[in-house]
Amino acid sequence: MNVPLLEAQGLKKSFGGVAALKSVDFCLMAGSVHALCGGNGAGKSTFLSIIMGIISRDAGQLKCKGELVDFQNPAQALQAGISIIEQELSPVPAMSVAENMFLGREPVNKWGVVSFKKMNAAAQKILDDLGFPLSAKQVMMNLTVAQLQLVEIAKALSYDSDIIIMDEPTSALGEKEVEQLFAAIAVLKSRGKGVIYVSHRLGEIMDISDHYTIFRDGQYIETGDIEDVDRNKLIELIVGRPLEEEFIKQNTPKDKIVLELEKLTNGELIQDISLKVHEGEILALYGLMGAGRTEIFENIFGLSREGCKLKIMGEQVHIKSAQDAIDNGLAFVTKDRKGSGLVMSEDVRANICLADLKNLGNAVKMNGKKEASAAKRMIELFSIKTASDKLKVSGLSGGNQQKVVLGKWFLTNPDILLLDEPTRGVDVGAKREIYRVMSEFAENGGTVIMSSSEIDEVLGMADQILVVRDGLISGEISRADATPQQLMHLSV
Amino acid sequence: MKIVTPAEGKENLSVKVRMIQFTQQYGIFLALVACCVFLTFANEYFLTTRNVLNILRQTSINGILAIGMTFVILTRGIDLSVGSIVAFTGVVAASLATTSSSAMVAGGPYPAIIAIMAGISVGMICGGISGLAVSRFHVPAFVATLGMLSAARGLTLIYAGGKPVPALTPEFRWIGTGNILGIPMPVVILVIVFAIAWWVLNFSRFGRYVYAAGGNPHAAKVSGINVGKIQFIVYAISGGLAAVGGMVLAARTGSGLTQAGIAYELDAIAAVVIGGTSLSGGVGRITGTLIGALLIGVMNNGLDLMGVESYYQQVIKGMLIVAAVMLDQSKNKH
Repeated sequence: MNVPLLEAQGLKKSFGGVAALKSVDFCLMAGSVHALCGGNGAGKSTFLSIIMGIISRDAGQLKCKGELVDFQNPAQALQAGISIIEQELSPVPAMSVAENMFLGREPVNKWGVVSFKKMNAAAQKILDDLGFPLSAKQVMMNLTVAQLQLVEIAKALSYDSDIIIMDEPTSALGEKEVEQLFAAIAVLKSRGKGVIYVSHRLGEIMDISDHYTIFRDGQYIETGDIEDVDRNKLIELIVGRPLEEEFIKQNTPKDKIVLELEKLTNGELIQDISLKVHEGEILALYGLMGAGRTEIFENIFGLSREGCKLKIMGEQVHIKSAQDAIDNGLAFVTKDRKGSGLVMSEDVRANICLADLKNLGNAVKMNGKKEASAAKRMIELFSIKTASDKLKVSGLSGGNQQKVVLGKWFLTNPDILLLDEPTRGVDVGAKREIYRVMSEFAENGGTVIMSSSEIDEVLGMADQILVVRDGLISGEISRADATPQQLMHLSV
Repeated sequence: MKIVTPAEGKENLSVKVRMIQFTQQYGIFLALVACCVFLTFANEYFLTTRNVLNILRQTSINGILAIGMTFVILTRGIDLSVGSIVAFTGVVAASLATTSSSAMVAGGPYPAIIAIMAGISVGMICGGISGLAVSRFHVPAFVATLGMLSAARGLTLIYAGGKPVPALTPEFRWIGTGNILGIPMPVVILVIVFAIAWWVLNFSRFGRYVYAAGGNPHAAKVSGINVGKIQFIVYAISGGLAAVGGMVLAARTGSGLTQAGIAYELDAIAAVVIGGTSLSGGVGRITGTLIGALLIGVMNNGLDLMGVESYYQQVIKGMLIVAAVMLDQSKNKH
């Protein structure tokens, strides 16, 4: 057997007396994809930060191609042939794709001036080799989130590193882009590179990985070949206990129509959207990124310019603002938690109370006791892990932040929940919790409209599925008839 | 994984670390106390009733403007126009309260209350126009209020014909020169304004809206908050408080001056920033602003007492602003 590309032994790290990593091992072989799995707070990010030289380790050793290394900063790691595709994108919006890819190492001509010709050609070649349908000259701010992610991937690969770390690379991608990424990974493998793949999407891990390593609560659990495990076994290992069902679904739709939308159109974005949802029903909008699902939600919730006319409980209403929507019993959990879900500079209590301030005191004086008890109720209902409701939400994990958003909306006592990609970027445990909440809400007579780009989730949770493509509804399928192939087929 | 909750972190903190944290938390307040203690020993005149009231009186106008500015900055905005509004509302109110027949509005002099109401209305309208430009037409706050800075100064000169409006009625002058129980009126007004603002930001629903709209306008909007309306209102508040400052100034000087209030916006912003309010919005306390204004006032007074030339005072104030923000930034590091 040849020398591993990267080998870690007994890595330890603690922050202010709290152990984030308690002796973990890891071994990456050339020409393989190694999945790193674990829930939020398992220590994956800490581990990756140590490899990249962003933080220093307390103990343990790290070998790169057989040699002991100790990176002091990311530049050194990059030099040694390790590059990373980060979860959080950091583009320079006003620059072109090529400029972003070659940031800080722009090719120059003999006068020492940046050669845009060389740079564009080099960038275009990388994009073409990967099969990404992008032009190197496009300006970043005109790209979609999925396209930005592709640029980030191309940039990481352009360093010609031997070790490529991908931290949730698909969280913003649609199925089509994911396929392009996987094709690119296959090419990397054939060239003898090693990929460390981090994702909450277990389907992807099963599809493309050769090996897996599990961390849980900072502890190394085990390493093995992906062939020897199945999805359920993997979940068990990540969560640390045998898992019953991945999805929780106990609701049954009734006959009463709660919300009815007829031929909603908004410019080019969405056209002729009609839908009916019943009491106790979970309706899912399935589609690729950018298909128009988010826009449908935003329109229903009164966030578009003209507002939205629809029927709620058989009555015609015109929703012109989010406040109108809230007054009509709607609640909207947006896709972008940090961008439009939470006020990151404020504490858990303020965030939970945000949408219901009218009922928590009068205009002159807020009722502090009511606010505190409301926050306490929601923290208990969703078992939000926080030391106090006066802690800033920015200190919580992704899953707990999502629960704060859910708490905010449940406090308004909604009849209809709009959930746009509710499980994006949360771990298996928190996902289950969110499924449980959805199911219970519908069981108790609530109505749910959710959107998702994960087929398994749609098939697992929905009673009725609408497929959205290019701003149109391209198909409607009931739970009993739905198959993954059919959904895929309708969505592209 | 750089997050350590306070509960977890506290046990093994050394005394030194705790002292650093305490300094960061209460840094500005400590600086104010230190300044006062030092000056008490350095100069026997500093801690006399007369001088303390003097400092408070000199701080009052900047304090009032800074309180309005706090609302605006909390919503991620800025108001550069307050200095010009001070002058404009000053001459408007003065024209209604003057006994000089050449500068008088027909039928005057009017009772002080009418002059005051008129001044505050004009201030709120000026602020409201900036607010409308920001909230409705999405003009960056810096630009909208820069426009108002110029326009309101011009309107002042047009309205007053380029000349000061002298000889105000004693009744009107009382708000600048009078006192209640020995406390100068400007100080009384500052205390009232502060108390109301403190209540609004800490206990009223509007206060919650201001913090949310500044912390994350998108999230606030989705949560049913009319962010545009909040923005409009905070600029109107800032304009209205600039008017209060303008009238106190006119009453103190006994006339409405067209050159009044020049560069007052800078001191107001300085007080807010020194007080720990973040220019990126959503974070800050009104008490910090008051302490910031007092610190500037004490420093000016102290440097005067010690015979430091006013040119140096500006340099020192500049350094103080930057140092205060550096202290704030170090808080955010882990």
